[in-house]
Amino acid sequence: MDAINRTGTLADPVEFYGTKVGSRLLLGTAQYPSPAILGEAIRASSADIVTVSLRRESGAAKAGQPGGAPLAGQSFWQLIRDLGVKVLPNTAGCKTVKEAVTTAQMARELFDTPWVKLEVIGEDDTLQPDVFGLVEAARILSRDGFQVFPYTTEDLVVAEKLVAAGCEVLMPWGAPIGSGRGLNNPYGLRSLRAHFPGLPLVVDAGVGVPSHAAAAMEMGYDAVLLNTAVAKAGDPVRMARAFARAIEAGREALIADPMEARDMAAPSTPVMGRAVLG
Amino acid sequence: MKIIVNGETADTRAGTLADLLGELGFGEAMVATALNGTMVRKAKRGDTPIADGDRVEILAPMQGG
Repeated sequence: MDAINRTGTLADPVEFYGTKVGSRLLLGTAQYPSPAILGEAIRASSADIVTVSLRRESGAAKAGQPGGAPLAGQSFWQLIRDLGVKVLPNTAGCKTVKEAVTTAQMARELFDTPWVKLEVIGEDDTLQPDVFGLVEAARILSRDGFQVFPYTTEDLVVAEKLVAAGCEVLMPWGAPIGSGRGLNNPYGLRSLRAHFPGLPLVVDAGVGVPSHAAAAMEMGYDAVLLNTAVAKAGDPVRMARAFARAIEAGREALIADPMEARDMAAPSTPVMGRAVLG
Repeated sequence: MKIIVNGETADTRAGTLADLLGELGFGEAMVATALNGTMVRKAKRGDTPIADGDRVEILAPMQGG
């Protein structure tokens, strides 16, 4: 049974909590060689949404004084604002519910948005979500008016609990953050897609090359969120453009309804009318 | 008095969180604040006293994935 929704057009926007966006590529803003390349990469990606974070502003006492260096966070924010993109603040690095909730509250005030990419990290080597803490934090934040984008696994039961907690978007990982491994569990991701046919689903994390993103879109995912694959490419701007095209190609292929794979060959050239020359 | 600002010990004469931000040179910078693990909204910083040993977090927009 094919539970995937193949209707629509390439131009259809994706909708997150009632907000429609044209691009199905969500781009992270970390680890770029320079702010200028970050800006160019965002433009080349055509992303409408970029992820941002909150960190301690270091050296403020000197930096804020006349003649001091500009505050790093302020110049970064100016760059993002000038690009005119929407921001999705994250709670990266938070390991407890309290940390994640407090960080989300601070992000809401700072960025003036109810959106939050909720991360509650449970394991250092894989940066795997602590799904128990994630569900609890999602419930607290949803009740407080947040629109939560949870970074989760492809586990169906966790997904159901996140939806019950108020999440109207789910963001399962493809593979561990920054690993570039692609879609580690295609079966699990396919199951999740089939289980929630109408819910916006975003593959978040682990994507390494554009073909991974295209594969996620061919599965019926609504969008892909990635960072390292672009930021750490030899040419981030070119790679951003490559991902944009791959995501469009995957989306177009989904709508086009691909053929079924089969085990045995089937001649594509007609057999009828073939000359007998032997 | 001694307080902890962003994980580092600091001496301050600030009476409130708003005073502390001014003392540290943040001026009108776009930052979010927490006192002893609890968020303090911008509008409340002037009414939030600082005491010896307090832990203050001053966070700004940063790159993120």
